[in-house]
Amino acid sequence: MASGVKPRVKVPKKAAAGESITLKTLISHKMESGQRKDKAGNAIPRSIINRFTCDFNGENVVDVTMEPAISTNPYFEFAAVVPEAGEFKFTWYDDDGSVYEETKAIAIG
Amino acid sequence: MELTRRNAIAMGAGALLIAGLPIRVSAATEDAIVAFTGGAEVGAGDIKLTAPEIAENGNTVPIEVSSDTAAEIMLLATGNPTPGVATFKFGKLAGSRAASTRIRLAGTQDVVAIAKLDDGTFVQASSTVKVTIGGCGG
Repeated sequence: MASGVKPRVKVPKKAAAGESITLKTLISHKMESGQRKDKAGNAIPRSIINRFTCDFNGENVVDVTMEPAISTNPYFEFAAVVPEAGEFKFTWYDDDGSVYEETKAIAIG
Repeated sequence: MELTRRNAIAMGAGALLIAGLPIRVSAATEDAIVAFTGGAEVGAGDIKLTAPEIAENGNTVPIEVSSDTAAEIMLLATGNPTPGVATFKFGKLAGSRAASTRIRLAGTQDVVAIAKLDDGTFVQASSTVKVTIGGCGG
């Protein structure tokens, strides 16, 4: 597992039923592209997060395939419809097989 | 300089090398586009790509794509060592067919977004970004 990986997600606490809300996600990760070289001239092996998904109560919101051209600390902003109270689940998949998860509950009101 | 046989060969090889470089870059981009569209024609239409005209730092360039009827949007950086950037698939609960993120650009180049619309057709938009400091290390 890459070191120092910490997901951060911004979800409003409440929303009206059927409302479209904006979600912001950021995960601290080096996203080593595999193009860079160290001081001795050896290529630093690629180590990135290659997929990010967001689901709400089991229904998919967005599914992103990521390549090395995504910046360090990948950031995504997108919108989701909230039909009922429930839980957002954010999942990041690392090249090395690690899976980072974060969940956020949202209420209707 | 006299035009000898040796010089002519050297010049021809040089010209081939220069001509060959841009072809290789665009070929990788074309391959990525064909892999996404399956060879279908790509038109213009319902897609918007928002990118800065000048990016000081190629390591984090903010990019936004939106399209009202897209099922999937693919982002390509035509001048990067590998053109692929990201592919967004929008699910049932997507509030809008839009997303923004930050990408790396190796140098001044065109960024291309291709959307697969709900009716199965493809549209694209592109934007030129000037990059002061490249973002691919060295």
